[in-house]
Amino acid sequence: MNALLECNNLTKKYGGFPALSGINLTLERGKIVGLLGPNGSGKTTLIKIINGLLVPTEGELRINGVNPAVETKKVVSYLPDKTYLNNWMKVNELLDFFEDFYDNFNKKRAYEMLEKLHINPRDRLKTMSKGTKEKVQLILVMSREADLYVLDEPIGGVDPASRDYILNTIISNYNENSTVLISTHLIADIENVLDEVIFLQNGQVTLQSSVDDIRMKEGKSVDALFREVFKC
Amino acid sequence: MPWELKNDRPIYLQLIDQISYRIVSGEYAIGSKLPSVRDLATEASVNPNTMQKALSELERSGLLFTNRTSGRFITEDSNMIQTMKLDLAKEQLKIFLDQLKKIGFNEAEIKEFIMNEVE
Repeated sequence: MNALLECNNLTKKYGGFPALSGINLTLERGKIVGLLGPNGSGKTTLIKIINGLLVPTEGELRINGVNPAVETKKVVSYLPDKTYLNNWMKVNELLDFFEDFYDNFNKKRAYEMLEKLHINPRDRLKTMSKGTKEKVQLILVMSREADLYVLDEPIGGVDPASRDYILNTIISNYNENSTVLISTHLIADIENVLDEVIFLQNGQVTLQSSVDDIRMKEGKSVDALFREVFKC
Repeated sequence: MPWELKNDRPIYLQLIDQISYRIVSGEYAIGSKLPSVRDLATEASVNPNTMQKALSELERSGLLFTNRTSGRFITEDSNMIQTMKLDLAKEQLKIFLDQLKKIGFNEAEIKEFIMNEVE
């Protein structure tokens, strides 16, 4: 089957500064992929290009064979690193909002997840803690039946017990046609869930490998390898 | 038995070990049906493709078999399970003996020590 996402010589410059330089990357369907790199390595820039929020300076990125546009937004479900939802809205109103917006939003799935995480659908977003807000946002994103899920720091503010539940949600929602791309610094927490990892450094891909290949070759976890490669 | 995964070895190899333990200990009964890949992956909190890889390896070794219509089963060959059990026991014994030698026991001392402890 054709690749889900392809980057060819993808470059993004802010002024003269290259945030991404000449990235070549292919993501297949049916994978859970970790996008890893130190602060300022280009993770969020790449994610914004995938979602059509930034345009490449050079090169191109294709999802299902086409450049990011309206068609790709239908099949990409995006969790940004900052919240964009209206604070005054109740959770059930947000669910209605998403249902209006996206054909592939599965409201039943969203309500099930809310219940599991003990979130009252009648609560307003502004009354919630930071972590609970993040959970709501992630539930909205994971309740879409998309081809590509792009999660920018999905579990940073979430307590460890809920983290486990969220990771299990990602595993149990897994299907062989869709891929999940997760950017995070909490490598140890997610590495058992990943098929492969991509290391970004100074806007370049320095490694793309399966988790088990890294463990086989290096005799250490991805977390340990990251700490070694990016030692300050 | 809870799933315990360490950091320094490939995950699929650890899954193979742990599923083997469950089979030889009888937790997964001889000839019985194995849970689905997705359920096993969720239970162990691992990637479904990694679990799939482990199960394929176990199938190749003959410990599991697939019935095309009804799923994946534990072998009905009790000799094979018995052999596996002995192999795993030998592996553990070797680790144990190496540790005792590291502490400074010689073979005669180990023998005497074990006999005393077992009684």
